[in-house]
Amino acid sequence: MLILMVVGSVSALKVSAQSYENPKNHQCLKCHAFQSYTFHNDLMDREETRLMNPYFIMDTIAMRNGVHHGFDCTDCHSYEYSTYPHKSTLKLEPKATCLDCHGGDESFASYHFEEIDQEFKKSVHYKAYGDIFTCSKCHDQHTYKPIARNSSNVLDIVQYSNKMCLSCHNDMKRYEMVAGHANPKLVQVHSWLPNQELHFSHVRCIECHTQVSDSLNVSHDILPKSQAVRNCVECHSSNSRLKATLYKYENIRKRASGKILGTIISNESYVIGTNQVPLLKVLSIIIFLLALAGIVTHAIFRILKK
Amino acid sequence: MQFSESLKSKSAMNSNHKIYFYPVWLRIWHGINALGIILLIITGISMQSGVEATIVPFNSLVKMHNIAGVVVTLNYFLFFIGNLVTNNGKFYIVKPKGFLKRPMKQATYYVWGMFHGMKAPYPLSEKRKFNPLQKYFYIIVMYLAVPFVILSGFALLFPEIIIERVYNLSGVFLTAVVHSAFGFFISIFLLIHLYVASIGKNPLENFKSIVSGWHHV
Repeated sequence: MLILMVVGSVSALKVSAQSYENPKNHQCLKCHAFQSYTFHNDLMDREETRLMNPYFIMDTIAMRNGVHHGFDCTDCHSYEYSTYPHKSTLKLEPKATCLDCHGGDESFASYHFEEIDQEFKKSVHYKAYGDIFTCSKCHDQHTYKPIARNSSNVLDIVQYSNKMCLSCHNDMKRYEMVAGHANPKLVQVHSWLPNQELHFSHVRCIECHTQVSDSLNVSHDILPKSQAVRNCVECHSSNSRLKATLYKYENIRKRASGKILGTIISNESYVIGTNQVPLLKVLSIIIFLLALAGIVTHAIFRILKK
Repeated sequence: MQFSESLKSKSAMNSNHKIYFYPVWLRIWHGINALGIILLIITGISMQSGVEATIVPFNSLVKMHNIAGVVVTLNYFLFFIGNLVTNNGKFYIVKPKGFLKRPMKQATYYVWGMFHGMKAPYPLSEKRKFNPLQKYFYIIVMYLAVPFVILSGFALLFPEIIIERVYNLSGVFLTAVVHSAFGFFISIFLLIHLYVASIGKNPLENFKSIVSGWHHV
């Protein structure tokens, strides 16, 4: 039944979703895409303009580019939101969760939603906050893009991923809403990390803060702080952890797996100890051995001719 | 340091002629440079090799490499300015006459002549501290390789100043390749430098000279 509804609404909504492009004509977005909204106050019988709650303003361009762009608002939100003022009891109704649509569905099998759910249940987020900590705390379903699967630009993948963490961990209000206390100081906590800014823009938080899982592209088992990686060589070695995390994506790996020139052909980032150029390595060993052989030969002649 | 000539030194065994080749400032520079560069090579190779189990932890290697790099850089200014303001700089000037012929002659002496009773073609004197081949190598190392390593090393110390992308290559990656390639060249130079320094009256003679400042001719 649910699947039927989803499939039905996808095809039907291809039409209504077009209105994202012109939010002024959209029933919901004519208010929720703008800083202020105007409505007719029936009691006073006059037009009134009010400020929109900034957290309820939708980014229509991001929505248009998100994976759910084919859906309309009322596919997930109650149809009763179509009237204004919205009924106060609507607030109390449970919101649709990701697994309501994605769980147990063969067509989404490659995304491993159930496995992600299991992993998430082990995470520090779930252990601390339980069911209140929904997928949408990190993944905004309005604008979500599977950028790690599609982009070949590592920096874009990193930025998109880290934005999810930083939306709370670098935002006092949002962090406090969930945790109930002020957020820890991100920069100070990571002050032990050399070139902190560079690390933040070139690797994802989850590289160090999750348990690596082979079967999933992204492990959702976010570890407690005490178990985060602090050992440099976990990444800075030829057997780098990054190969099992950030660089495990097909779309990035294809580019990184050069043959003799290794990563020299096309590499947008550099990790000391990990990015090696096999050709230069072999060449340097040969030059070193030749120099050594020359010296030894010369020394032997010096001794013999003495 | 000096690439002496064995035959010349044999005949000069009995002479007590000494030249004060290495003034104090030069010996201080050379000492710091030697220790610094050896530390840089060891820590540099350890970081780049990709080996997980190093004796010194990675972050300490990075710290040691950074500190040694800064010390060697500051020390380089001592060398550079010292050569500008003292007479020592003139030993690095190359004359166009016999530009290739002179170092070739010295090379021939090293690989063939010195084993066949030939005399060193360019004996050292107050006016000539380095033989032509030696001079060329010193110029390449001190005025090309070391500045390149310093500049690329400075860039890697502050990676945010590096051009982000050159075509589809990371600017940091390119800088790192340049840094390690020149660093490698310096390592090979060091190896040969140490060996050739052992060609003297006796293998330790030149090492003593760079400590005492006096060179026996």
